[in-house]
Amino acid sequence: MNHQPSLTGIGASVRRTEDMRFIRGKGRYTDDIALAGQTYAYVLRSTHAHAAVRSIGTAAAKKAPGVLLVLTSADISTLGGLPCGWLIHNKDGSPMKEPKHPVLAEGKVRHVGDPVAVVVAETYAQARDAAELIDIDYTQIPAVVDMAKALNSPGIHEAAPNNVCFDWQLGDEAATNAAFSKAAHVTKLDLVNNRLAPNAIEPRCCIGDFNSATGEHTIYTSNQNPHVIRLLAGAFVLATPEHKIRVVAPDVGGGFGSKIYLYAEEIIVTVAAQKLGRPVKWNSDRSEAFLSDAQGRDHKTTAELALDKDGKFLGLRVNTLANMGAYLSTFSTAIPTYLHGTLLAGNYTTPAIYVNVKAVFTNTVPVDAYRGAGRPEATFLLERIIDLAAIETKRDPAELRRLNFIKPNQFPYQTPVALTYDTGNYDATLDMALKAADYKNFPARKTEAKKHGKLRGIGIATYIEACGIAPSNIMGALGARAGGYECGTIRVNPTGSVTVLTGSHSHGQGHETTFAQLVSDKLGIPFEQIEIVHGDTAKVPFGMGTYGSRSLAVGGSALVNAADKIIAKGKKIAAHMLEVSDQDLVFENGAFKVAGTDKQKTLGEVAFQAYVPHNFPLETLEPGLDETAYYDPKNFTYPAGCYICEVEIDPQTGVTKIVNFCAADDFGKIINPMIVEGQVQGGLAQGIGQALLEHCIYNEDGQLVTGSYMDYAMPRADDLPMYNVMLTDKPTPCTHNPLGVKGCGEAGAIGSPPAVINAVVNALSEYGITHIDMPATPQAVWRAIQNAKQ
Amino acid sequence: MPQVNLTVNGKAVTIEIEGRTLLVQLLREKLGLTGTHVGCDTSQCGACVVHMNGVSVKSCTVLAHQAEDADVTTIEGLASGADLHPMQAAFREHHGLQCGFCTPGMIMSAVDLVRRHPNPDEQTVRDELDGNLCRCTGYANIVKAVMAGAKAMAAN
Repeated sequence: MNHQPSLTGIGASVRRTEDMRFIRGKGRYTDDIALAGQTYAYVLRSTHAHAAVRSIGTAAAKKAPGVLLVLTSADISTLGGLPCGWLIHNKDGSPMKEPKHPVLAEGKVRHVGDPVAVVVAETYAQARDAAELIDIDYTQIPAVVDMAKALNSPGIHEAAPNNVCFDWQLGDEAATNAAFSKAAHVTKLDLVNNRLAPNAIEPRCCIGDFNSATGEHTIYTSNQNPHVIRLLAGAFVLATPEHKIRVVAPDVGGGFGSKIYLYAEEIIVTVAAQKLGRPVKWNSDRSEAFLSDAQGRDHKTTAELALDKDGKFLGLRVNTLANMGAYLSTFSTAIPTYLHGTLLAGNYTTPAIYVNVKAVFTNTVPVDAYRGAGRPEATFLLERIIDLAAIETKRDPAELRRLNFIKPNQFPYQTPVALTYDTGNYDATLDMALKAADYKNFPARKTEAKKHGKLRGIGIATYIEACGIAPSNIMGALGARAGGYECGTIRVNPTGSVTVLTGSHSHGQGHETTFAQLVSDKLGIPFEQIEIVHGDTAKVPFGMGTYGSRSLAVGGSALVNAADKIIAKGKKIAAHMLEVSDQDLVFENGAFKVAGTDKQKTLGEVAFQAYVPHNFPLETLEPGLDETAYYDPKNFTYPAGCYICEVEIDPQTGVTKIVNFCAADDFGKIINPMIVEGQVQGGLAQGIGQALLEHCIYNEDGQLVTGSYMDYAMPRADDLPMYNVMLTDKPTPCTHNPLGVKGCGEAGAIGSPPAVINAVVNALSEYGITHIDMPATPQAVWRAIQNAKQ
Repeated sequence: MPQVNLTVNGKAVTIEIEGRTLLVQLLREKLGLTGTHVGCDTSQCGACVVHMNGVSVKSCTVLAHQAEDADVTTIEGLASGADLHPMQAAFREHHGLQCGFCTPGMIMSAVDLVRRHPNPDEQTVRDELDGNLCRCTGYANIVKAVMAGAKAMAAN
């Protein structure tokens, strides 16, 4: 796309406001904050994956230079455990197993990196030095890393024998079995969705600060949803009322899900700061991040697809093992269930679907949402098995998809797995991608590559996403312990500038620009006069933060409603000033106008009167022009699209090169195309990383062997292509939010892994290879070729 | 504690620091220049790149004392006054950043890249940015920004 510099309203690729500080090194991330008298915490972590902690000797550490405080679980025994935010029920209706997730290990460690003790000192180096003097007496217990093995091993938590957290199902099992019994063809596929480390480049960081005069805690933290942290920390762990806790998430250097959760360190610095009467900072190093940030994916699935003789899908049966890791992270249990099972209809009319998910505890780092969160896992299995079915039934993979698409005239569409899609046009994005990828001439390119000893492959994936988890009452019925709304306040200041407070949080998404465009458009106020404030519970009304591609669809909608309230009140004020009825006024281009005359009052004039109410209808209206709205969506939004990847593989080395990647997306209405395209590109990079490079590998002892950037293959500039990102020319705006927007943050990471793997498998098809697990590294591809040759 | 003398963004600095202090710690913690970031502990991510005597270095892998008598430029010192350096402007124009955390190191690496390759092609930019990780952008817009920034630097 070519982004023309242009105006600042909806639809313009406005260059980002926030960039002006980031490109000059003026961002203010948590670790950039230095409070007076600040001290430093070092968290001593378990080096064993599974062990009993017999004793912790802290005497030497307490005497080490600069040391102010040493904490173990014995020192914080009054605290609650870190809570899980979504209660899942088993098939039989009983609740999931929810073992305590202690802040510091209580008698046992359950993964390498489990926090055991904390040292706070005058400097970080002193804290780290002193931690080496702590003597922990461990008795090792055999670790269990593999999920299948865990099901036959003693429980790592007493509360969860055989390590099953829950055994959940969705869909009509009998109807699905019946569909299979009348199928002309059944395709079966075992696949793995590889575990990933989110790897926001800013490591997590938090600072605790306690005001002994007011009894107020301030927690500065690199987090995506400060109010959620305040609620969870206050109500579940600290037993401190929320008005005594302020959470500030300043500039945050990427999140991708990993900074949604309440982590032990946020509690540690809060408690330590109160004990010491001085601020306490903890800053993760990258090695710690690998061992303490919640990881993503890690499913093992058997999927079966039933087709009739014409290729129509009759039924889908899915059995998944989902790794929870050693403890339940904040939203871990919702990911393989309500964000995975519900997405298994994909873009298709499959009439019968049944999914069973067993969640398993293992001696590994906890697993939770990572960009896409359940939806990539669902999309990967679906788009892989469809490709395999196409091979087995000798159909073109594009046409097999098209045959089974939900057609535009079928919306709203009720899937057999609980969702109601409001709108979509899947043929349009398929056609757009096929054309851009020059799909029909692929055979000629394959032949040409073959002449040079290379294997060409092309892979298609379509995807549907469900963004902005909602509505709250349905979430509650399904076990969520949180709501799905968002807040927004628009404060028109006395001199006409506007301050916008949003419960959404930006950690790279560009809200300061997009939201300002939205409000500028709505209120007819210059973009430059609008300031977006977020990330501080002391400033912003209760907000749910940013995850699940929800900010614009939910947070933006709240701002639209707040703007409507501003306009409604402004009209009454203007009517009084103009001595007309508010029914006679229209609001356009930032002014209240008497229709058919040149009489008007600008929003600025109205605002001034609202705060200096000398000529104001005080008997019927309160002064001020400051409105808050909470928006609770009626439904998810459903972005969808089609991605086509073309690869060239060198069979001598197994190296896969992406030679073309076309993405056609339908996000409904677009506010800032440049930012949307950037979101897709970033998602594609993470999805391509999952498909070709990234993998958290634990050895049998539970040691993470890919625990640094020397070992974990992060995608680099020379691993990735230029992407052809296209927004559909036939968008289907969301039907139930006032903006018609759908959300674009995760689509790239959802749709790209199957597109890449389908392309790799297509390239390797001449060896009879029909599947390869992610990541398809050069070694994995080379081995697959060698094994196939034998 | 031993003393180190260096120039940072044109200003002479003399300071006593522990021998184990890294250049990035000196910049961030002693001089308050928090635009230089730390994203890893294995010298891989490049968020800490600064210029030492005009050449890009990873300041997490340089002891502060190794910078004795050196002329160090950080992201805060790249532009003169209120103006943006052409590479900074190019990153904004081409949406070459999202969360902004890798950006200072990315821009400092890019400026040094252009010093060595005044008119780089796409592959050269990708190869040369091997030591800078970005998790947000997928690099495409960074590559476009660096190529555009190189052109703008040549024109200035």
